[in-house]
Amino acid sequence: MAEEKIYLYPIWLRVWHGVNAILIMLLIATGISMQYANPDYPLIRFDWAVSIHNISGIIMAINYVIFLPSNLATKNRRYYIDGLKNIVPRMMRMIKYYLTEQPKKLPSPFPVTKENKFNPLQAMTYSVVMVFFLPVVITTGLALLFPETIVKEVFGYSGIFLTALLHSAIGFLISIFLIIHIYVCTTGKKITDNFKGIITGYHHIHK
Amino acid sequence: MKSKTIVAVFMLMVFWGQQGLSDRIVDMESEPANLESNKHCFSCHGERFYTFENEFSGSIERKAMNPNFIYNPDEFYQGVHRHFSCTDCHSPDYETFPHNAELRLDMMFSCMDCHGGDDTYAQYNFDLIQDEFYKSVHADRHFETFDCWSCHDPHSYRLMTRDNFRTAEIVSYHNQTCTECHQNPDKYQLVMDGEMPLLEDIHSFLPNYNLHFNAVRCIECHTSPQDTMWVAHNILPKEMAVKNCVECHSTNTLLMSSLYRYQAVENRSERGFFNAIILNDAYVIGANRNQFLNIASLVILGMVLLAMIGHIILRIIK
Ligand code: HEC
Ligand code: HEC
Ligand code: HEC
Ligand code: HEC
Ligand code: HEC
Ligand code: HEC
Ligand code: HEC
Ligand code: HEM
Repeated sequence: MAEEKIYLYPIWLRVWHGVNAILIMLLIATGISMQYANPDYPLIRFDWAVSIHNISGIIMAINYVIFLPSNLATKNRRYYIDGLKNIVPRMMRMIKYYLTEQPKKLPSPFPVTKENKFNPLQAMTYSVVMVFFLPVVITTGLALLFPETIVKEVFGYSGIFLTALLHSAIGFLISIFLIIHIYVCTTGKKITDNFKGIITGYHHIHK
Repeated sequence: MKSKTIVAVFMLMVFWGQQGLSDRIVDMESEPANLESNKHCFSCHGERFYTFENEFSGSIERKAMNPNFIYNPDEFYQGVHRHFSCTDCHSPDYETFPHNAELRLDMMFSCMDCHGGDDTYAQYNFDLIQDEFYKSVHADRHFETFDCWSCHDPHSYRLMTRDNFRTAEIVSYHNQTCTECHQNPDKYQLVMDGEMPLLEDIHSFLPNYNLHFNAVRCIECHTSPQDTMWVAHNILPKEMAVKNCVECHSTNTLLMSSLYRYQAVENRSERGFFNAIILNDAYVIGANRNQFLNIASLVILGMVLLAMIGHIILRIIK
């Protein structure tokens, strides 16, 4: 059984990803703790939760500002652009693979190569998360940090309320993404393969 | 247990709500009864400068009024005692100027002189308020220099919670009662000698100091949360102040039994339950929870987990 390694995740990407993963997990934990704050069952002390959430959020915003130009400047953008071509039928094909073929360990119709590291579903979800979810959650988060910048009233509802609603709704969707993301990453040849990949930079292809 | 508390809070809200909706005694619409006769006093006590005829020299003199003795007529006529003549509370001898120096020795009325034991004002619980005030830090430590008038400006006091004011307006007015003294050394030191601590420093434990002070009242934190008074009057020593964020930032927020109850009853019928009240004026993290979104997010989460479990099973049985 031959094994081949391809270098898919350059160092800046791995650092960005590691930092982002830790921050997002902190943000989700503290966010949930605040949203469901209850004096009888304190998950995380409220004022600590607020501080951790604020600091993590600011670092994540900076981290995002690093991610975007780095992708545009390096060849990494290609994976997103190519990956989104002809996206609908390719996504359908991939869904069929996940439901029927992958559990049987059949090979993927979109194997990981140096030229194409994302399958269509990955390309789609990563793009939506990175260019829609994260910017929205970051801007609403910053707005809540400086509430004086928020419009006072929209159709009789508090502007802060609407901003917070959007912030927590997208935060929820990011949590759902994370659950699926981590789960899908366990579907490599070995459960740990993909996780090793995002740390070492090398993707293992078992032939 | 939990449902019992909710029922109790609900009953309280209905009870207090009805009290809140009761009729005002003072006619706030009609023209003030003593508008004309008060003009004489306001000609000096409503202006920064006053003029009078010097009887000895016969000349007209123009002088600066003591800024502490200047009152805004608009505020006076919006206050609860708007139909009063100045000389209902002050001696009629003030009509003459220069005022007789002996007038300074006059005893001033207290609220209780007029309102104590009078059933007309039963809804305001004056006697209960007096008891609570006597227990408060202010009365306890500075009985000589602190009385009801220290907070209830005799020339402008308004009833905010009985009329249809918005929460933000109530907060701003009530907090002004405290900050007019706690941010003004001249008034503060009228009560006692000593440094006036800066509110912003003391409360540095609160993030977004300004946002909080525009959204909650001092008495939310500085009176007992169990207080059943319509407007709590027992200011507790600072050691007993609310510091725990979750007292407000949770679904059973203490604000519901204090600040938000003024609005609770009216809004409930229009916009549905608890949340409606908070929704409109402020977003209190942890207290605003939308039942629909809660259920929707649980359903989505459940479906994702189910799909994952299904997939895992497929992976195991191949
Ligand atoms: C011509 C201007 C003038 C008029 C009119 C006037 N006042 Fe005064 N009043 C003053 C000035 C000046 C002072 C401060 C000096 C003093 O005490 O004489 C004062 C002081 C006072 C004080 C505080 C006394 C103290 O020192 O404790 C009271 C109370 C008062 N006035 C009430 C009234 C009332 C009530 C009226 C109307 C019936 C009135 N004044 C009309 C000019 C006036
Ligand atoms: C409801 C009763 C009431 C009415 C009406 C009233 N006052 Fe007073 N006034 C008081 C009391 C009580 C004080 C003393 C306040 C204190 O002890 O802090 C006072 C104090 C004053 C002072 C002196 C302030 C001081 O610190 O010594 C002046 C001047 C004054 N009033 C003018 C007026 C004028 C002018 C009017 C009419 C426009 C008026 N008052 C109407 C109750 C009243
Ligand atoms: C000189 C007597 C007098 C004094 C002193 C006095 N009041 Fe009044 N107060 C009255 C009268 C009389 C009315 C009703 C006036 C009317 O109907 O226009 C009234 C009305 C009120 C009302 C309005 C009730 C309503 O339903 O609109 C409140 C509240 C009130 N007073 C509070 C106070 C407080 C608090 C104090 C002390 C800080 C005080 N009063 C001192 C005589 C007084
Ligand atoms: C530390 C400040 C403070 C002191 C001292 C104080 N009050 Fe008040 N009181 C307030 C504030 C603030 C309000 C709310 C104003 C409003 O009606 O919107 C209020 C409201 C009231 C009300 C109206 C309550 C209602 O049901 O609407 C009455 C009556 C009253 N006070 C009486 C008194 C009496 C009597 C005293 C003296 C024994 C006193 N207060 C002392 C701050 C104070
Ligand atoms: C969120 C709750 C909260 C609110 C709102 C709040 N306080 Fe406080 N306050 C506290 C706590 C807690 C302390 C005790 C702080 C400490 O001991 O470190 C305190 C302390 C104080 C002290 C004692 C200062 C000293 O050290 O001698 C004063 C005076 C005071 N507050 C006045 C006010 C006034 C006036 C307002 C409204 C403008 C207000 N507070 C609003 C929670 C609050
Ligand atoms: C006329 C001035 C004045 C007004 C109005 C006033 N206070 Fe005070 N307050 C003081 C003074 C003076 C002290 C300091 C007492 C001491 O340390 O002996 C004080 C002390 C306090 C303390 C600290 C108690 C402690 O344990 O050290 C709190 C809390 C407080 N006030 C809250 C309030 C609130 C809330 C209001 C409004 C509802 C208010 N005060 C209105 C003058 C005022
Ligand atoms: C007396 C009640 C009360 C207490 C105690 C309280 N808060 Fe708040 N807090 C509020 C209210 C009300 C708002 C909503 C303000 C608005 O939307 O205008 C708020 C808003 C906030 C916000 C949101 C700011 C934004 O950008 O929207 C944060 C963060 C916060 N509080 C943190 C804390 C922390 C940390 C503590 C404890 C140290 C605390 N609060 C204690 C009532 C309270
Ligand atoms: C504990 C949390 C996380 C773990 C364990 C994890 C793991 C991984 C792994 C193993 C890969 C490689 C994917 C593959 O080869 O199929 C990957 C890629 C990726 N992850 Fe994550 N991830 C986490 C959190 C996140 C978060 C929070 C985000 C964004 C919000 C994110 C966005 C991405 C993106 C965009 C890629 C593609 C990177 C590229 O090659 O350009 N991940 N992740």
